[in-house]
Amino acid sequence: MSTNVLWDLSIDKVLAEIKQGRRLDGRKFEETRKVEINHEVSKNADGAARVKFGQTDVVVGTKLGVEAPYPDSPDKGTISVGMELLAIASPKFEAGPPRPDAIELSRVVDRGIRESKAIDFNELCITEGEKCWVVFIDGYAINDDGNLFDACALAGISAVLRTRMPKLEDGKMVKGEYAGQLKVHRKPVLTTIAKVGNDLLVDPQMYEEAAMSARLSISTTEDDYICAMQKGLGGSFTGAEVNRCVELAFKNAKSLRKML
Amino acid sequence: MTGKDKKIVYVDKGGKRLDGRKVNELRPIKIEAGVVPRADGSAYLEWGQNKVIAAVYGPKECLPKHKANPYKAVINYTYRMAAFSVPDRKNPRPGRREMEISKVSGEALQQAVMVENFPNAMINVDVEIFDSNAGTRVAALTAASVAMADAGIPMRDIVSGVSVGKAGGNIIVDLTKEEEDAEDAVDVPLAFLPNTGELVLLQLDGLLTEKELKDAIKLGEEAAKKVQGLQAAALKKKYSEALKVKEAVK
Repeated sequence: MSTNVLWDLSIDKVLAEIKQGRRLDGRKFEETRKVEINHEVSKNADGAARVKFGQTDVVVGTKLGVEAPYPDSPDKGTISVGMELLAIASPKFEAGPPRPDAIELSRVVDRGIRESKAIDFNELCITEGEKCWVVFIDGYAINDDGNLFDACALAGISAVLRTRMPKLEDGKMVKGEYAGQLKVHRKPVLTTIAKVGNDLLVDPQMYEEAAMSARLSISTTEDDYICAMQKGLGGSFTGAEVNRCVELAFKNAKSLRKML
Repeated sequence: MTGKDKKIVYVDKGGKRLDGRKVNELRPIKIEAGVVPRADGSAYLEWGQNKVIAAVYGPKECLPKHKANPYKAVINYTYRMAAFSVPDRKNPRPGRREMEISKVSGEALQQAVMVENFPNAMINVDVEIFDSNAGTRVAALTAASVAMADAGIPMRDIVSGVSVGKAGGNIIVDLTKEEEDAEDAVDVPLAFLPNTGELVLLQLDGLLTEKELKDAIKLGEEAAKKVQGLQAAALKKKYSEALKVKEAVK
């Protein structure tokens, strides 16, 4: 993997430039790439979004299902999040069962939506103890140019916000017919900050990801709450760096949220 | 269902929690180094009701070879829960939660272990949870780093885990399951390198303000220093006893 000389040289270049206060693509350290959101993805999906962060490209779609609630929360529905790193997206990804990278990504996106209480699980109850709605949120990486975390999370909440509720008749779903929208109470936005050397970069691009020692993903809400955090990779953050990352996350999320 | 309307007081006026602890008080922790003779390093840890055994094998040749890194050792961390370790039997098949915990915990150890000393090698860290009551991932990581030191693998610092969080509006350290089930519960598993205060594990579930997060991390850092003391004592105990045996033989 590390035998690719060009790859190693690119990392050295990133490190040298960052030390000089420059990013390879000319962005400021706290600047996100150009973000595009498009909803024309799938007519069969109950809600969908395709999000691009520069060349990073992901698609997320939602489907509602009727299932039996968990025995320990008979009056609640739930969400289920799965993000797949498709082999089409990068030479690093392979087909097959999800590996730890994909599982971490799915769970961080899941927690951002779940813990923000964007969806009130009580409102997903159909008949207590018997039937509830499950919101399936499935995503696919189309092209990995870094920061799949933020792209998938933004596509996730964006798709959720567009989700239509299927029509129910006698407790059964009517295919292709809808009865209103899924109620969404908050708009959590994830911001991932890469630590490269001693610098903190918002929205790391692929080569910056290769050069980072650690990353911190922070999901924030419009009413100034932090709802999920995840530190990843082998490096560390000092307390002061964590505080700075939180500041950066609130600021970045504020501008991204306007696009939802 | 009966307690649904009853409001639980998570910290009473005297500053006592449901189990009588103070907000910054850890549950009783017991650590023993060197409990698996076959392993290169190992540790047994009890943290409240949590019971954990960690074993380290390595450094050894990295297999499969394509996983090797020519600059440093690869740490394979495996966190698993025994089927009987939770109230409802757990499916023994590793779940997504266990896979994620394994990934972030292995990464947390990388900063402490001098992995650059062992290019193309791997270090296997396996941790099994036999009994659980909240905070198992930090208990596992705490045990794993004792096992790593016990294996004689050079480290910059020990990794000390602790969970902090919120229940009933209070920022508290080392939450129990009961506290994690609070309506407003927030769980923040942390791990520090106690000598530098660097954070090597940081996760968060739930709604917390910026100020509350700062308070929680501060509380965690103080608690992690106490955990570090216990880890060091466990290692000292094992090796001072080993030394006594050696001298007796002389």
